[in-house]
Amino acid sequence: MMETIQSFMTAMMNSVSEIFASADLTRPTWSKWIFMALAGVILLGSVLTVTSRRILRAATFLFFTLLATAGLYLLLEYEFLAAVQLTVYAGGILVVIVFSILLTSHISYRFDPPPVWRVLGGLVAAGSGLLLTICVLVLTVFPKGVAAPAPDMQQVGNALLGQDVHGYVLPFEVISILLLACMIGAIVVARKSREPEASQPDKTE
Amino acid sequence: MDVPVHFFLMLSAAMFFIGVFGFIIRRNMITLLMAVELMLNAVNINFVVFNRFLYPDYFEGFFFALFAIAIAAAETSVAIAIIINVYRKIRSIEADDVAEMKH
Repeated sequence: MMETIQSFMTAMMNSVSEIFASADLTRPTWSKWIFMALAGVILLGSVLTVTSRRILRAATFLFFTLLATAGLYLLLEYEFLAAVQLTVYAGGILVVIVFSILLTSHISYRFDPPPVWRVLGGLVAAGSGLLLTICVLVLTVFPKGVAAPAPDMQQVGNALLGQDVHGYVLPFEVISILLLACMIGAIVVARKSREPEASQPDKTE
Repeated sequence: MDVPVHFFLMLSAAMFFIGVFGFIIRRNMITLLMAVELMLNAVNINFVVFNRFLYPDYFEGFFFALFAIAIAAAETSVAIAIIINVYRKIRSIEADDVAEMKH
């Protein structure tokens, strides 16, 4: 038992030192600095999104997290995906969420802090999952990818509407039908009914 | 790209489990939705990073992330419609109060 743990710890230490050696932190470059800044914004923004007691601030922190994710896609040289992330996620979804916040809760309302047992349960669940994932990640050796040139927009467009093995025209059409169904569904669900509405006291104020 | 692939994956793992944490501690339905968005976003980063680092000649992860973004938009719009409808009916969007919807 002890030997298993010991060999596991040595393997972990070796892998961690290998990863940091391949990162070559003694020779900082622009992409490393930008990655660190984006990682900081993402981590801070995510934590504040799930812990902020004012819901509109949580939405604002989520916005910064999504912006930093678009920056990560730019760093990986996927400009089109970064643009989609900005317009659909940061532009579309966030606006819808902010509208629904303004429709359903009072602007100065603050959440009660969650009970301690729930926070502890969340920390244990998320922390053990994170620990397990990071252990597996550190012990995994990924093949050294070749440095490929950044894909240009023409390749992306040809693949998106291509009909061969690496073409995506069928999922593209299925997504368009899904979006149409969602649009109709959202209108039907959110439509005001003709019947008089329930007149219970407002619990969020 | 001189940042190792492990760092990207650790970042997205941290983001995912922060989303899990938020999903457990929150009780307002819109904040639950925001935690789910965090998790979806972390998974998208994973797809894109695997595509870029391991199979840079193809676009599988790229398009999976693209379609996941589109599906997330659709899912959010329907979820928001349901939340607004629930708010009209019971004047609250706390998840515990929605248990009244049973039967």
